Amino acid sequence: MSAAKQERTTSATNLPQEKYDELGAYIQSLETKEGALIHVLHRAQTVFTYLPLEVQLFIARQMDLPAAEVFGVVSFYSYFTTKPVGKHTVSVCMGTACFVRGSEEVYKAFKEELGIQPGEISPDGLFSIKDVRCIGACGLAPVVTVGEKVYGHVKPEDVKTILDEYRADHVLENLN
Amino acid sequence: MSEMVKATINGKSIEVPQGTTILDAAKTMSIDIPTLCHLNLHDFGIVNKVASCRVCVVEVENRPALMPSCATEITEGMNVKTHTARAVQGRRTALELLLSDHPQDCLSCAKNQNCDLQSLAGEMGILDIRYEGESLEYEKDISSASLVRDPNKCIMCRRCETMCNEVQTCGILSGVNRGFDSFVGTAFNLPLNETSCTYCGQCLAVCPTAAISEKNNISEVWNSLLDPTKHVVVQVAPAIRVAIGEEFGMEPGTLVTGQLAAGLRTMGFDGVFDTDFAADLTIMEEASELVHRIQSGGPLPMLTSCCPAWVRFIEANYPDLLDIPSTCRSPQIMFGAIAKTYYAKKKNIKPENMTVISVMPCVAKKTEAERPELVSAGESDVDFVLTTRELAQMFKIAGINFTELPEEDFDDVLGASTGAAVIFGATGGVIEAATRTAYEWITGEELEKVDFQQLRGMEGIRSASVDIGDLTLNIGIAHGLGNARKLLDDIRAGKSNFHAIEIMACPGGCIGGGGQPYHHGDSEIIKKRAEAIYREDAGKKIRSSHKNPQIVALYDEYLGKPYGEKAHKLLHTTYKKRDKI
Repeated sequence: MSAAKQERTTSATNLPQEKYDELGAYIQSLETKEGALIHVLHRAQTVFTYLPLEVQLFIARQMDLPAAEVFGVVSFYSYFTTKPVGKHTVSVCMGTACFVRGSEEVYKAFKEELGIQPGEISPDGLFSIKDVRCIGACGLAPVVTVGEKVYGHVKPEDVKTILDEYRADHVLENLN
Repeated sequence: MSEMVKATINGKSIEVPQGTTILDAAKTMSIDIPTLCHLNLHDFGIVNKVASCRVCVVEVENRPALMPSCATEITEGMNVKTHTARAVQGRRTALELLLSDHPQDCLSCAKNQNCDLQSLAGEMGILDIRYEGESLEYEKDISSASLVRDPNKCIMCRRCETMCNEVQTCGILSGVNRGFDSFVGTAFNLPLNETSCTYCGQCLAVCPTAAISEKNNISEVWNSLLDPTKHVVVQVAPAIRVAIGEEFGMEPGTLVTGQLAAGLRTMGFDGVFDTDFAADLTIMEEASELVHRIQSGGPLPMLTSCCPAWVRFIEANYPDLLDIPSTCRSPQIMFGAIAKTYYAKKKNIKPENMTVISVMPCVAKKTEAERPELVSAGESDVDFVLTTRELAQMFKIAGINFTELPEEDFDDVLGASTGAAVIFGATGGVIEAATRTAYEWITGEELEKVDFQQLRGMEGIRSASVDIGDLTLNIGIAHGLGNARKLLDDIRAGKSNFHAIEIMACPGGCIGGGGQPYHHGDSEIIKKRAEAIYREDAGKKIRSSHKNPQIVALYDEYLGKPYGEKAHKLLHTTYKKRDKI
């Protein structure tokens, strides 16, 4: 179980220069670099969709921080991902409220429907999945987010319906 | 003056300056509270008080939870109880939880009998592990020639991080993951040899368990001694003689130079030599280079290059400044080069039939010995490196009664040395030795008094000016890589007016090296070793390197002129840029 937590961070050497330029410009625009690492990592994940070794190293050098420190922060927060992700990320909340209301079963249903584990991408390239800690919407427990969209009171039998929405959008986009 | 606060500890009143921790206040009253993650080398300004282990918790009136005494400051009117059943129970529970997922292989552990966790378990009378559960199953990192990392033994005390990041400013180590999976690791989980680690070994010097230990080379040395085709010679660095006695229960700072030579001879080394000889040789070259650089317009300042961790530091962190370190190889490598050429020729031995073993206070020396450019004859100048601790272990394995050994001399040819050489072991020593020789060479006069007190001491950064004839030589000294960084930043900014700077990676110099007997957080030990170094120097008949008769013979018979062509080939080196990661 713990061995995976010691894996070498994924390397990606072919990421587009424009994205590095965009992130670099954001870092330069900061009033102060001190204490800004989390913001920068958030922005980097938005720009690149994930944080491979090269992106983390770029951030370390731009911000004059040890690479180990950047990696320490990335590995601490489950929000950050170091592996490529699908077009949509399904996040299942495993916070206390969601957990007691059955989020583990929901999580399992998503993994089965998609045929993937965390860190993997569905064969159609559309989805990846992860568990997250409390997202602050306990009244809606169990909560799932797909990208920015929040789904409340999710039951295992809702899983297919939710995913089909995105699958349908994808088919339509390809037709147009 | 800081404000004073009054408090009560175990029913007794105490008044301490504001900001004093409960632990330090208790210490002044001779009250001992056990600690584990805590580290305070106050002489070097090194403090680790993350309060992560909870082994030092005490009761504080009106506070519901037990408080970590190492990180809780005394406040006005505070009432502390350190030895109540509740406090003791809290400490034991914290320890038991640490032990619950700690590997139980103490008998064959690298830190057996030197482990702070093991000692504490003994002192606290832990007779069974009440909590059982999951354990971490990470792989050991054996990628480097210097250090072995075993994350399963990491107790997250963060001492190594304090040393690596705050004291040495290398930034190689960081807490990785969260919760149960967390350990201290490297960037991107890279093996250590793919990082810009300097291998200074200060992480290892303070690690309370075997989460970080040295790469052990004892069996390679036994195998060399067993091989009848090999002529095996050994050299011992200056810092060994003032520290190895500690491993045999002797007082820190006991000089055991003679016993060291006797012990090595007993184990069957064919030549028992002294790195001090090579330190004198280093001064011949380094002082020549300094005089040359001063007289021919630079580049200045010249930085010493004896310390391989420091060399790796500048290669990765200041690759734009690689023209300023002296090109001199370190004494350990100079020794190997001369052993496999000059000595081999004298003894009529082929260099490939000779094995050179070094005993060093240092783990970076193990990696230095593998640098591909440091080969003069045979496969490498130095074949295997043992730390002070490993040699002590070998003596113990052999059953040698070290404290009762007679005092013997080193062998001839590469064994004679001066007082200038032995002080290489302490911060400021190399530059003092170079000054003694440079002074006499530049002025043509004999120094009346060779002691340069202004270059000695334990301040992290020191400077002094020495008048040499018409020249005022400005000298800088830094020990600890964080201090070195300050001087290098000045050089980069064009703000440095030094002619020469001595840099040593480890606090205190080599005597505080990562391969020395563990100081367990007691900086007095390092100071006592320094005193012994200067005592050995003061007792030497010859105290300037260029007056060492065996060195004079080496140049006469073999090398020719100092800083000359042959010397360049055998005794100088080059540096390479490295990626910082």
